[in-house]
Amino acid sequence: MLLIHCPYCGPRPELEFSYGGEAHIARPSPPESVSADDWVAFLYLRANRRGLQAERWRHVRGCARFFNALRDTTTDQFLATYRCGEPRPDGGGSASP
Amino acid sequence: MMAWRAAHGGRVDRSRPIEFSFDGRSYRGLAGDTLASALLANGVHLLGRSFKYHRPRGLLSAGSEEPNALVTVARDAARSAPNLRATQVEIYDGLRAHSQNRWPSLAWDLGSVSNWLAPLFPAGFYYKTFMWPRFAWHRWYEPRIRAAAGLGRAPVGADPDGYAQRFAHCDVLVIGAGAAGLAAAAAAARSGARVILCDEQAEMGGGLLDEPAAKIDGVNSAAWLKATIGQLGLQANVTLLPRTTAFGYFPHNMLGLCERLSDHLDAPPPDLPRERLWQVRAREVVLASGAIERPLVFPGNDRPGVMLASAARSYLNRYGVRVGSRAVVLAGSDAAYAAALDLQVGGVAVSAIADVRPEPSAPALAAARTAGIRVIQGATVLATAGRLRIRNVTLGTVRPGGTIGRGEILACDALLMSGGFTPSIHLHSQSRGKLLWREAERFFVPGATAERERSAGAARGLDGLGAALEDGTQAGLAAAAACGFRGSATPPLVATNELSSRGAPGALPQPGHAAPAKAFVDWQNDVTSRDLELAMREGFSSIEHIKRYTTTGMATDQGKTSGLNALGIVAHGSARAVPEVGLTTFRMPYTPVSFGVLAGYDRGQQFDPVRRTPMHDWASARGAVFEDVGMWKRARYFPQGAEDMHAAVARECRSVRGACGLFDASTLGKIEVVGPGATEFMNRMYVNNWTSLAPGRARYGVLLRDDGFIYDDGVVARLADDRYHVTTTTGGAARVLQLMEDYRQSEWPELKVWLTSTTEQWAVIAVQGPRARDVIAPLVAGVDLSAGALAHMSVARGTICGAPLLLFRVSFSGELGFEINVPADNGTAVWEAVYAAGQSHGITPYGTEAMHVLRAEKGFIIVGQDTDGTVTPDDVGLAWAIGKAKPDFLGKRSLARPAMRAPGRKQLVGLLSVDRSRLLEEGAQVVANAGQTPPMQIIGHVTSAYASPTLGHPIALAMVADGRARVGQTLFVPMPGGDIAVEVTSPVFYDREGAHLNG
Ligand SMILES: [Zn+2]
Repeated sequence: MLLIHCPYCGPRPELEFSYGGEAHIARPSPPESVSADDWVAFLYLRANRRGLQAERWRHVRGCARFFNALRDTTTDQFLATYRCGEPRPDGGGSASP
Repeated sequence: MMAWRAAHGGRVDRSRPIEFSFDGRSYRGLAGDTLASALLANGVHLLGRSFKYHRPRGLLSAGSEEPNALVTVARDAARSAPNLRATQVEIYDGLRAHSQNRWPSLAWDLGSVSNWLAPLFPAGFYYKTFMWPRFAWHRWYEPRIRAAAGLGRAPVGADPDGYAQRFAHCDVLVIGAGAAGLAAAAAAARSGARVILCDEQAEMGGGLLDEPAAKIDGVNSAAWLKATIGQLGLQANVTLLPRTTAFGYFPHNMLGLCERLSDHLDAPPPDLPRERLWQVRAREVVLASGAIERPLVFPGNDRPGVMLASAARSYLNRYGVRVGSRAVVLAGSDAAYAAALDLQVGGVAVSAIADVRPEPSAPALAAARTAGIRVIQGATVLATAGRLRIRNVTLGTVRPGGTIGRGEILACDALLMSGGFTPSIHLHSQSRGKLLWREAERFFVPGATAERERSAGAARGLDGLGAALEDGTQAGLAAAAACGFRGSATPPLVATNELSSRGAPGALPQPGHAAPAKAFVDWQNDVTSRDLELAMREGFSSIEHIKRYTTTGMATDQGKTSGLNALGIVAHGSARAVPEVGLTTFRMPYTPVSFGVLAGYDRGQQFDPVRRTPMHDWASARGAVFEDVGMWKRARYFPQGAEDMHAAVARECRSVRGACGLFDASTLGKIEVVGPGATEFMNRMYVNNWTSLAPGRARYGVLLRDDGFIYDDGVVARLADDRYHVTTTTGGAARVLQLMEDYRQSEWPELKVWLTSTTEQWAVIAVQGPRARDVIAPLVAGVDLSAGALAHMSVARGTICGAPLLLFRVSFSGELGFEINVPADNGTAVWEAVYAAGQSHGITPYGTEAMHVLRAEKGFIIVGQDTDGTVTPDDVGLAWAIGKAKPDFLGKRSLARPAMRAPGRKQLVGLLSVDRSRLLEEGAQVVANAGQTPPMQIIGHVTSAYASPTLGHPIALAMVADGRARVGQTLFVPMPGGDIAVEVTSPVFYDREGAHLNG
């Protein structure tokens, strides 16, 4: 069971969290401004990285807040957790929520 | 006859005899015995039959790595544990153990004919043989293979034992309480760290328990163990867990430990759990899991009496049991000499040490010479003899140049072998630590770590007691220091004449080129070196493939004794280095773990929470039949007298249409959306326009995901400018709140809006039917119930029976309807008052089944039944609900995608069988033409189908391609009995104008 550092509550067992998929995928705004292809990419296309990945978690059985994390998908080790709206601590990817 | 139990020695309690039985025969052992040592003390060596060939098997080992001696211990029919290793079963008075995998008896096993048919059972036998004819697999092969195969029998009754679970945290978790583990725990504890020390054996001490002659810090090992463990036990920062196996290493230093609490007791207290699962989160872990002796691979190496040398030594030194009267010792390691010396002193005649190494070590030879034991150098084994116990061994001589000559035949009743020791790297590997191959010693040791762990002593390939104690001390100090505890400790000093545990001969040389038959690599799965060579000849080269093809290493012992030997044979056979061949993945559990301890408290009523509505007991007392909806118990129907469901539902439906029905709708999900941004939030979430909804009014809301497909629906009431009461489907409440929170927090953090689940705050009592207003009018205060004041889709506050009331005028039945929301605690009282007030109006409680029929008659969809995650609002005729002028809402952009508007999409329609008599099956397919044969051209499917008491014939809802354009057409539903002709209709079967609804 992973030990996850909620940026609001501190370290808690994985039991208290739900997974939220890849992070920093901005919802196009306004939606009608994007092409069908871009919209489909937003809906369905995910990087599914082998290695360091920015992803969303929710401390659903705690403070109930969403936050972001950098996790190595090959080792399950977290490099960092950070609040929504904050940029990736390693400077990678885009910096939107 | 020989007395197998030595007159003295060992750690058993000679003052406490224990009576037990094996295969129905009574035996006597001593307190401190395992089933294995007690049976050996009675001269019993035949303990089981092998998996595939049913060959007679005895004990190979004395520890948890035992592949042969699997037994069933049964207290009663429900408390029957199969596949226990006799080497780990502690005996108690009245213990009843049984051998497995034999019929009718262990000595005369009919299954052993497979032994004579062995040439027909090569590697991959199952894959090759049962290919044809195909039908024969189910009818013939599989039932017979299943009857003949399998290890043990699962208990037939429900498990009556209790199992506990505990979470724990510590600074340093030490796995294994041998010399290294004890030293590590002592050093870490002295530094001030919180320490947990666990060990799989009943008694802590590990391999030291087999070394009574060793001297540590000037005292013998037994005294040192007593003092060390006693001191640890006194320290408040130390938890000692004997009989506790660390079976799994999970991410972030969480380890699973299984503590066995009562299996060793003759009369366990009824409240004592059988086992306890510890989930330990450790800051640092020390793996002191020791090493396991490797067998040698030669023809006939599986006869009862052929045993690991260290096991024979353990039985003698720890249990005072001689494993035979005349032993031949096969030395692939100096460790075999240590066993030979001890056994000779213990009263076992050692005929010879046959050393299989080209050059035995000088200290070992000197020790044997001093003891007067004959050493045969350059030996190999060509054969063994003896049916149920070894009788003799035929040696061979390896000549210079590698040819093999025939050697002498030595009579013996025990053949003891040592191929050196393999470090137990299982947990390190489970934690995703890397492994390093040491060519000189021919074993893997732990390499780079992935978790906060370090291995110590024999577990990382160190040789000898002194090295283990020193390494353990350093590991304990380092682990404590990594947690911030500074300390110092002096490693205990050892004085003993130690012989090396190194050695790696594996398969012994044989004459000729082909691998010998019956030279076993994996005892439990009956895999021989010939099977491995056959697999390689057939083109398998990856060890992972060879493992699956031959099944080597796949049994309950997970290759503890076989892994490296198999690897060595494959590497040799394919002329590759061992690391190139690779190592199969170590997986948890280290040894088998009961389902009971994994389930723990989560069984029976605790398996899953049950949610009951406030009025549950009323319904239950009225004989309601309940159904599970999510975790909820919902009343499905209320049968009267001898009514079946069909009759009860028909009566309930007629009551609602004709008079008045009473329905418990409390399970509907309820979310309050509150704040200055509430309307904007609702506009962005739901398809509807909420700006135009006045306070006091309600609207049917449709929620999509951003992919444009229907996610949930429900009535949403605007209670005030800044407050919405959102209802969801019963099963969708949690996921709707999750979706709302996701967008609130992640996409629109600027909106000032708060979300609160209020599902369980309200009891919801639906009163539906033409008499509904008359029924509730005398009870309600503060609300004008007239149609003019409280129109359909309105909401008002008032009181009912003195309780605060939120009254909805809504209908899911198509009749005049109200939904009385009162605080949950008032639910039953208000329900009973409504029921009493309704008596003169013919009020009838109805359940979810009637509710489904009534809504289907009205063409109201159920999300998840009539929709399936690929359905847009327009597909089910709900395009009218969309606020088209809104700039955005979830799914809006997706609805504009061409595929979402293309012709040919399935649309909601009604279906009636042309003869009006056939009840369609939900899930049945719809086709355009009769008489098709598969593959048919499917154009739709039935989503809901009921007998309609109102219409007097069955009705159905269906999703049909371009369905709305097909109204009036005849389509077909192909069924096994033939096509059913159906007429396509509007999905609304009853009161299309809504006259009843608005009454
Ligand atoms: Zn939190």
